[in-house]
Amino acid sequence: MIRMENVHKAFGPNHVLQGVNLEIPKGTSMVIIGGSGTGKSVTLKCVLGLIHPDSGKITLDDEDVTKADRDAFLARFGMLFQGGALFDSLPVWQNVAFRLLRGSLKRPKDEAREIAVEKLRRVGLKADVADKFPGELSGGMQKRVGLARAIAAEPEIIFFDEPTTGLDPIMSGVINDLIREIVVEMGATAMTITHDMSSVRAIADNVAMLHDGVIQWTGPVGDMDQSGDPYLEQFIQGRAEGPIEAVR
Amino acid sequence: MSYILGFLASLGRLTLNGLAALGRLTTFAGQTFMHILRPPYYPRELLIALLQIGWMSLPVVGLTALFTGGALALQIYAGGGRFNAEAVMPQIVAIGMVRELGPVLVGLMIAARVTSSIAAEIATMKVTEQIDALVTLSTHPMKYLVAPRVLAALITVPVLVAVGDIIGIMGGFTVAVQNLGFNPATYLHNTVNFLEMRDIVSSLVKGAAFGVIASLMGCYFGMNSGRGAQGVGRATKSSVQAAAVLILAANFVLTGVFFSL
Repeated sequence: MIRMENVHKAFGPNHVLQGVNLEIPKGTSMVIIGGSGTGKSVTLKCVLGLIHPDSGKITLDDEDVTKADRDAFLARFGMLFQGGALFDSLPVWQNVAFRLLRGSLKRPKDEAREIAVEKLRRVGLKADVADKFPGELSGGMQKRVGLARAIAAEPEIIFFDEPTTGLDPIMSGVINDLIREIVVEMGATAMTITHDMSSVRAIADNVAMLHDGVIQWTGPVGDMDQSGDPYLEQFIQGRAEGPIEAVR
Repeated sequence: MSYILGFLASLGRLTLNGLAALGRLTTFAGQTFMHILRPPYYPRELLIALLQIGWMSLPVVGLTALFTGGALALQIYAGGGRFNAEAVMPQIVAIGMVRELGPVLVGLMIAARVTSSIAAEIATMKVTEQIDALVTLSTHPMKYLVAPRVLAALITVPVLVAVGDIIGIMGGFTVAVQNLGFNPATYLHNTVNFLEMRDIVSSLVKGAAFGVIASLMGCYFGMNSGRGAQGVGRATKSSVQAAAVLILAANFVLTGVFFSL
């Protein structure tokens, strides 16, 4: 279980997180929603240790993430970045098998390539993509390669940062379905941040809404439409009028 | 009175900022050398860096040294003529190239070619979250990106300096023999006999120091770049400026050290 307790983070005068409390039970899919600039990515990066919170506690299976052995801790995670974050100097298969070619999970090159091709196939890409470079792929294909990389080492926990941003509705649907299938199939714990409501409904078991640096509402995805929370209602209905200021 | 206080305050602020930057840079350099020494190592990344910093810089270094050696020969011949000292031109070209111009010019060319490319590449990786991706893939960016580049520069730049020294001397030789009527055998004999081992050692030590400075600046500004295209541009510009100034300052210090030995 991932647990965040009273997590604060400020960048200069900008207090992004002002006491975030959140629990993600093992094997469930949590989607964090919220407007742009509300600190969704900061929350995710705090859990991963890419950003250090100013105060508060983040634990993974009751172990403080700041005190855990970094390599062992990160080996449990996979992450799909918003823009894919593929390494343009490496061919696609080496991107996917990056973790399997070095470090504690190192495998023989042929085996790593085989796993990479299998993962590419899993996300709907043909084997001939393996030897291309990321720059030769479309946005949707890059997202799928990023997804293949995130699952290559079969992590227990997978983070998805805006998985459908910049994609057309059909490709968004494909990515959402893939994420759901993979998370269920692997039994992984998932944490997704997005403001795409179709992603929320396709991916989430539970939803948390981040607003003004705190979790405004959290609950099962099925309860979202009858939450009675004015912030959440305004957000999911996409209304300009309501407690959330349209101009921020 | 308020003008004086304002001036002193801004002077103090500048000093503090400068010291803070120096502290950050020193910490960065310390971390880099720690990562160079400690495993895991990334031989493939080192090999790529060796090729990009060393092999690919040979043409620009060679051409720079060749033209500089030729121009130096002409200048010394013309200047020496005023004192009837044209005959010592081979020795002065040799010592000028080996002790001073070879290392400095190679250092500055490396700053222009390598520092800028390292800074732009790493800054772009930072902007596109590739550095964060490395961390999530259990790979330390300092170890994977910075250590191989700095080690490659430490190894290859002295070699480039040696090549630049030889080509520079040959540039002077060509001009002397073709245009100024020097005897080729005498020219080479005078050059070889005049140079001492300490001249060559100082040249190579300077090369190693300049290589470390150039690569370190590229990595430091790349890793600390701001957001977007502007951040990448600023990191690239600052890295080249800092590398060039530090190379010239280090040259002054190292020359002083070698003179005192």
